[in-house]
Amino acid sequence: MVKFLKRFYLCLIFIFLYAPILVLIVYSFNESKSRGHWGGFTLKWYGELFRDRDIIKALYYTFLVALLSSIISTIIGTFSAIGIHNMGLFGKNFALNINYLPVLNPDIVTGVALMTLFISVNMRLGFLTMLISHTVFNIPYVILSVLPKLKQMNKHMTEAALDLGATPAYALRKVVIPEIMPGVITGALIAFTLSIDDFVISFFNTGSGVTNLSILVYSMAKRGVKPSINALTTLMLITVVILLLLINKRTTKGDELLP
Amino acid sequence: MKRISVLFLSFLLIVTSLIVLPGCNKDRVVLNVFNWGQYINPDLLTKFEKETGIKVNLELFETNEHMLAKLEAGGTAYDVVFPSDYVIEEMIQKDMLYKIDFNNIPNFKYIGDRFKNLNYDPTNEYSVPYFWGTLGIIYNSEMVDEEVDSWDILWDEKYAGKILMLDSMRDTIGVALKRLGYSVNETDPSKLEEAKNLLIQQRPLINGYYVDEITDMMINGDAALALNWSGAAMDIYWEGAEHIKFAVPEEGANLWFDCMVIPKTSRHKAEAEKFINFMLDPENAYLNSEYVGYASPVTSVFERLMEENPEIADMDAYNPSEEVLDKCEVFIDLGDKRPLYNQIWTEIKVE
Amino acid sequence: MKNKAKYLAYPYIVWMAIFIVIPLLLVLIYSLTAGNVNDPSSLSFSVESYTRVFDVMYLKVIWKSFKLAIISTVFCLVLGYPVALIISNVKAKYKSILLMFFLVPIWMNFLLRTYAWMAILSPNGFLNRVLSLLGLPTLSIMPGQTAVVLGMIYNFLPFMVLPIYTSLSKINRNVLEAAMDLGANNFITFLKVILPLTVPGIISGITMVFMPAVSTFVISQLLGGGKELLIGNLIEQQFTVQRDWHFGSALSIILMIMILISMAVMSKVDNDNGNGGAPTW
Repeated sequence: MVKFLKRFYLCLIFIFLYAPILVLIVYSFNESKSRGHWGGFTLKWYGELFRDRDIIKALYYTFLVALLSSIISTIIGTFSAIGIHNMGLFGKNFALNINYLPVLNPDIVTGVALMTLFISVNMRLGFLTMLISHTVFNIPYVILSVLPKLKQMNKHMTEAALDLGATPAYALRKVVIPEIMPGVITGALIAFTLSIDDFVISFFNTGSGVTNLSILVYSMAKRGVKPSINALTTLMLITVVILLLLINKRTTKGDELLP
Repeated sequence: MKRISVLFLSFLLIVTSLIVLPGCNKDRVVLNVFNWGQYINPDLLTKFEKETGIKVNLELFETNEHMLAKLEAGGTAYDVVFPSDYVIEEMIQKDMLYKIDFNNIPNFKYIGDRFKNLNYDPTNEYSVPYFWGTLGIIYNSEMVDEEVDSWDILWDEKYAGKILMLDSMRDTIGVALKRLGYSVNETDPSKLEEAKNLLIQQRPLINGYYVDEITDMMINGDAALALNWSGAAMDIYWEGAEHIKFAVPEEGANLWFDCMVIPKTSRHKAEAEKFINFMLDPENAYLNSEYVGYASPVTSVFERLMEENPEIADMDAYNPSEEVLDKCEVFIDLGDKRPLYNQIWTEIKVE
Repeated sequence: MKNKAKYLAYPYIVWMAIFIVIPLLLVLIYSLTAGNVNDPSSLSFSVESYTRVFDVMYLKVIWKSFKLAIISTVFCLVLGYPVALIISNVKAKYKSILLMFFLVPIWMNFLLRTYAWMAILSPNGFLNRVLSLLGLPTLSIMPGQTAVVLGMIYNFLPFMVLPIYTSLSKINRNVLEAAMDLGANNFITFLKVILPLTVPGIISGITMVFMPAVSTFVISQLLGGGKELLIGNLIEQQFTVQRDWHFGSALSIILMIMILISMAVMSKVDNDNGNGGAPTW
């Protein structure tokens, strides 16, 4: 009986989570534009999706910025984590506390603050400002992922490597980095995910026609959504499920990404 | 350390080029156009690009206040913007606009005389008319079976939850002022206080404050009455929803003019003027008015649409009668009284 | 190596100064001045923006934001804890699949998920269509506070479940067995052993839900019909429509302080935080 209740409850929650998405998917096949009635089955919105300039442009920028900012923030974040890890106590705490500000702050404050900075130096809001903004909030998460791995690492390994004649750079490359690699990858993935999904910070810090998926959906939600967005939802769901299945397969032996 | 720095530098190089690449088409001019939502025919943009080779970047804003805030904040480089009358007044005062070289806009001759030299731009040096219309009530005649002739109906309990108001400060406050018999440009604090209280009273009855959502919501039957602009009603009409009608109440409403201006942040003034001229070409203005629904200030276009669709000549949403026009007021810039309106608007939204 | 390694962090320290510290300082400065933002010479010191916040009208907004955020957090906790519990007790082979499917909605775009709720809750939306087909009266949930709370719960529930699940999975099975051996039944075991051990996860979860909930403006904008203004909306309006950067900055600083205080309070409650501040992913 208890088992049944547990399963039932879980089912309810899953229905709650998936219902809205499924509704959108159903509408993506609806001939009629209106959310009111069913006009017949059609695949035309999927075709529209690929022809829609605005959506393609938004997707392009979303992925470009996410890719670039996660690469940049992973590299800067990893090296900085190593640096911070090796700092004295006072410096370390100081640096970490400031580093965590973008994580602790609500995005609207971070977004508005960055916008204030860009505008006060008369910088034009556009691709560069959006990229910088994303990097700013991504780096702390990379550091957050890499630091624990650095702490877990055996301190004497690097010393041993140096004693055995390795240059600091060699030790870094061959000893430290492989050890912390799981943290680096997790950090990169977190950065990428956060970037793809970001709305508020991008909203305040972009312009000149540079937009991303979230901003596009926001303006559509206010203007009357194009049905091709429903088609996009379906495709996104399929992509996400496939991606997660792949990741799941690869980490069934190690519990890095799914605890 | 050396190898790492080499790697790091080459990485920086790759990244920088990736960043710079998207902006690399510097030789091709890109025009940044800042316009209302659903207010320009996208085919026209493609046509313009084909004819001139100038690419157009269209960005949208919801209300004049949004547009002004964006422009004043800085960090933008719009070439053509579409403000309304009272806002143009403010922008001229604040020296935000270029004087337009009308030698580059020969098509200006097609604009009807009554749209030139209006009080917000008396010497007509800064603006070129784009669309015009009135403010009124869009209603679903299947849900509202009485006559719609007064703003009172927007406060009618019968339609509670089915009333939409505009998320636009001057328009919504203006309606309350008109209902009380005052001017839409009223600055007397006690009268504004009355208008504020009226709107606060109205809050429980309305569905919400919207702008672009309204046309869809009316077509979907989500609401019975909506405060909106005349052209939106035409847009709905052209979509085939003939049961949705428009009326300007007896107390009077607002007559407005939207124009094209060139802000001083523009880096392509000549191309901007080309764009403006293009929009004034009768054939293009026709395609625009037909798509968007709003009334064009280009006389031939205005009349052509009435010839092709005689029934709209009687519709206040397209061709308001003299009677209606007499009762309408144009917004003027509030000057230093703007904070007063801002304060009241916030109080209404927050209540 | 130790001495030289720390220099790796120096470029980032400069970066942080430019992109984290200075922007916040600018916001602070704007909050404490009055005058035309575009003309620095016209700025003068003033606490006017802060005193304005103490107007009843704005305090109501702050109160409403807290109220809705707290309600959503409580619902997320009450609904989410059982989910984490159930999943952690499931057979190992199903665990990761279940968890994966639980994560899928998070990976879908946040705006899309909120928009999806609009499609369901709007007057002619899916919910009402189903209700009227069944002959039941239609609900006018949207726009309104209920819709906003629903939107918050929907968006943030997974963020409550994940940290709790992580905490649960760290519990040593032997501890549970020991409790049983000592005579505790399931309920007592839960109350006295499991619950206390998952407090870090609960705290994490509460933080990850409460913070975005109290500062959101998207959910209240889309599901509230422009009538339910929260702090986030107020701030957004100051910068996008009202052109009052001073007031907007003051509100931002106040929001920031309130959140930092809430988090300080919560970290006092949770003293088991020895993992270097790593996220409980």
